Amino acid sequence: MRSSLKALAYRLAPQLIALVVILLLNFITSPQFFNVVVQNDRLYGSLIDVLNRGAPVALLAIGMTLVIATKGIDLSVGAVIAICGAVAASSIVSGNSVAYTVILTLSIGLACGVWNGFLVAVLNIQPIIATLVLMVAGRGIAQLITEGAILTFNDDGLTFFGSGSLLLLPMPVVTWILVGLLVILLVRRTALGMLIEAVGINRRASTLSGIQTPVLLMAVYMLSGLCASIAGVIVAADIKGADANNAGLWLELDAILAVVVGGNSLLGGRFSILGSLIGAMIIQAVNTGILSSGFPPEFNLIIKAVIIIVILVIQSPAVQSLAIFASRRQGGREQSK
Amino acid sequence: MVHNFENILAASGISKFFPGAVALDKVDFTLRRGEVHALLGENGAGKSTLIKCITGAYHRDEGSLMLDGQEINPANTLAAQKLGIGTVYQEVNLLSNLSVAENLFLGRQPRRFGMTEVRAMNRKARDLLAGYGIDIDVTAELSRFSVAVQQVVAIARAVDLSGKVLILDEPTASLDNQEVALLFRIIEDLKQRGLGIVFITHFLEQVYAISDRITVLRNGKLVGTRDAADLPRQGLIAMMLGRELAHVEEAVKERSHAAGEVRYRFSGYGKRGKVKPFDLEVRAGEVVGIAGLLGSGRTETAELLFGIEHADSGSATIDGQPVTLSSPRAAIEKDFGFCPEDRKTDGIIGDLSIRENIALALQARRGWTRPLSRAEQNALADRYIKALDIRTTDREKPIRLLSGGNQQKAILARWLATNPKFLILDEPTRGIDVGAHAEIIKLIEELCAGGMSLIVISSELEELVAYSSRVIVLRDRQHIAELTGERITAAGIVEAIAAAEHKMEEA
Repeated sequence: MRSSLKALAYRLAPQLIALVVILLLNFITSPQFFNVVVQNDRLYGSLIDVLNRGAPVALLAIGMTLVIATKGIDLSVGAVIAICGAVAASSIVSGNSVAYTVILTLSIGLACGVWNGFLVAVLNIQPIIATLVLMVAGRGIAQLITEGAILTFNDDGLTFFGSGSLLLLPMPVVTWILVGLLVILLVRRTALGMLIEAVGINRRASTLSGIQTPVLLMAVYMLSGLCASIAGVIVAADIKGADANNAGLWLELDAILAVVVGGNSLLGGRFSILGSLIGAMIIQAVNTGILSSGFPPEFNLIIKAVIIIVILVIQSPAVQSLAIFASRRQGGREQSK
Repeated sequence: MVHNFENILAASGISKFFPGAVALDKVDFTLRRGEVHALLGENGAGKSTLIKCITGAYHRDEGSLMLDGQEINPANTLAAQKLGIGTVYQEVNLLSNLSVAENLFLGRQPRRFGMTEVRAMNRKARDLLAGYGIDIDVTAELSRFSVAVQQVVAIARAVDLSGKVLILDEPTASLDNQEVALLFRIIEDLKQRGLGIVFITHFLEQVYAISDRITVLRNGKLVGTRDAADLPRQGLIAMMLGRELAHVEEAVKERSHAAGEVRYRFSGYGKRGKVKPFDLEVRAGEVVGIAGLLGSGRTETAELLFGIEHADSGSATIDGQPVTLSSPRAAIEKDFGFCPEDRKTDGIIGDLSIRENIALALQARRGWTRPLSRAEQNALADRYIKALDIRTTDREKPIRLLSGGNQQKAILARWLATNPKFLILDEPTRGIDVGAHAEIIKLIEELCAGGMSLIVISSELEELVAYSSRVIVLRDRQHIAELTGERITAAGIVEAIAAAEHKMEEA
């Protein structure tokens, strides 16, 4: 147990270091960054803001990690957020209960996953093309549901998922941490994690070993759809409305970035959901930091790009092998003494 | 025919150190003009390190290298090539999308006014290949020709470029018997021209068929150099392994016929375009060998039996009960197992650990909701690492880092962990070193004695003869003969294939 903890720390070290460095940079540019206060039974502060604002990307990254582990990718998650936001808003506006609305929305998310999974697992379409279909069509579907307008609502039950709080923490933070924990337990306490990794590394050999590859692929796309629908509920509840054009826009790219920054390979195989979640927080910390530092907003995307590139370069195989080489030489020198 | 016994290449006291390992320890190696010198040793013995030191791919740490009496220090393979040392590898390292002539003269095309003289180049290429008794369209793309012809083109290029020493690194690994014969004729020819040829292979028959002398390496050290004529096969194996393998080969000769009832019956089983319908019965505790040339339908038969391909005719029964083998998973539920021929693409999950690779099939059969605990997986992996003597530093190593023989054992372990009753092995000993080879043959014997039914596909006839209770012979995707008892001999199998050929000619 202790050795596996050590292995985990070793695996996540680059991500944790990156997160700490980003937070320190934030602290330098705006010294009040670490201030946390309690108001109205809820924590406030930049740090809490990072956790809160990062919720949609964190949720997407959970599903995306598993999809990428099977050597796939899910480009449709941003559009699924829009669809599910629209479904939630129109359901609550037409007078349905909160429970009914949430269950309906999550079911729609699952259905989107089934569609992607069908294209990938049964029809054997390349994941990037298969999910591109829903990415493009999804916003159209969302617009049809909202009939082209921004659907607003004012139901306290539903907005609770966006701005409510539980145990001092904002509801979105509670949600992504809970979903993350559940999924981590699901894949690591069962054999799912190992089977997903096997399929991602060598699909044919996995099938020959008796793994039901299509079922597994279907499952990961469904989970990705489910995560996106939860994110959709949070986004809609947060702005108390469904914006078919902008809800979840480009978030699929942030989610993929979070997975990669989390140290997972786009080539599939070994994965770490915890890594992806830290990756999502790194991205959000960068976003929040740039906003609170008072840089002119036109620099934001450039600064973000530079920081991400630095993190990715540090993680790149070339630099890693260089580091291993350097540490070996160090070790060799010590031995020769 | 005058032999000049002067050494064309003399390497003495060659050492090569890697961090934490001595890859070569003061190895001497001499090559005479006009001789074929076989370089043998198990995987990791230092063969390729020695070759790389000679061809300049590695820089030797100690020792001297003399070519034609001159000390040489090739900085890279290109420099060695210019000095006269050419190398041809198992995987032909030519450009398959260029023409044969372009491959032969790449980088030194005949030019006029800065333009390649295509016609002159093609003429020269034809002349060059004619010297090898090969008459092909040199303007055609290289990829259109068989591996054997590509191999000859690679040799022709190497000899034309270098012309003193030719190193052949497992050139015959992917060739069939006729192609090997063609290659040997060419090697004989080059020998007559006075080249020194270093020949590396896993096939001992081929060593004796062509070599004049044999050098054996073990664990980076020189075991010895002998004249092939004076070194019996047993002695050679003993040199390579440092232990007697003889008893394994002897023991398997006593074939037991204690096979029980027919358990598996496939009748009229076949698939259009893959394998013509065949009948096959397999008893508990017997090994059915499948022989045939490359492309005769051996692997296709295995894929049909394991449900990778769906039979479109015939039926299968187990213990009299009809079964449908519609997928590998369905076959596994019936206690089938299958070690595929291509370990890399069909067998190993490269990045997963040895432990996970061994546990995989059992885990897949239990379903994802019933995980094997870490302790169970560890116990499973440790048991098979020990039982099959899988050589690894620990069970958490990614399987892709193991040698071919150890990977093969791990895949075997994956199936043995599921406790199969019907195991299909497709080329279980291909491309693995002699030691692992013998161990796998021994394992097949043991499994069979334990009451398992085995189907073993192999292109090494002697091996098939050694352990099979019956041998099915395939040709042109058709089961053409079944040999039993006394008739199971390498000659008998060859005869069966040849007889079919004869019949086809008559028809």
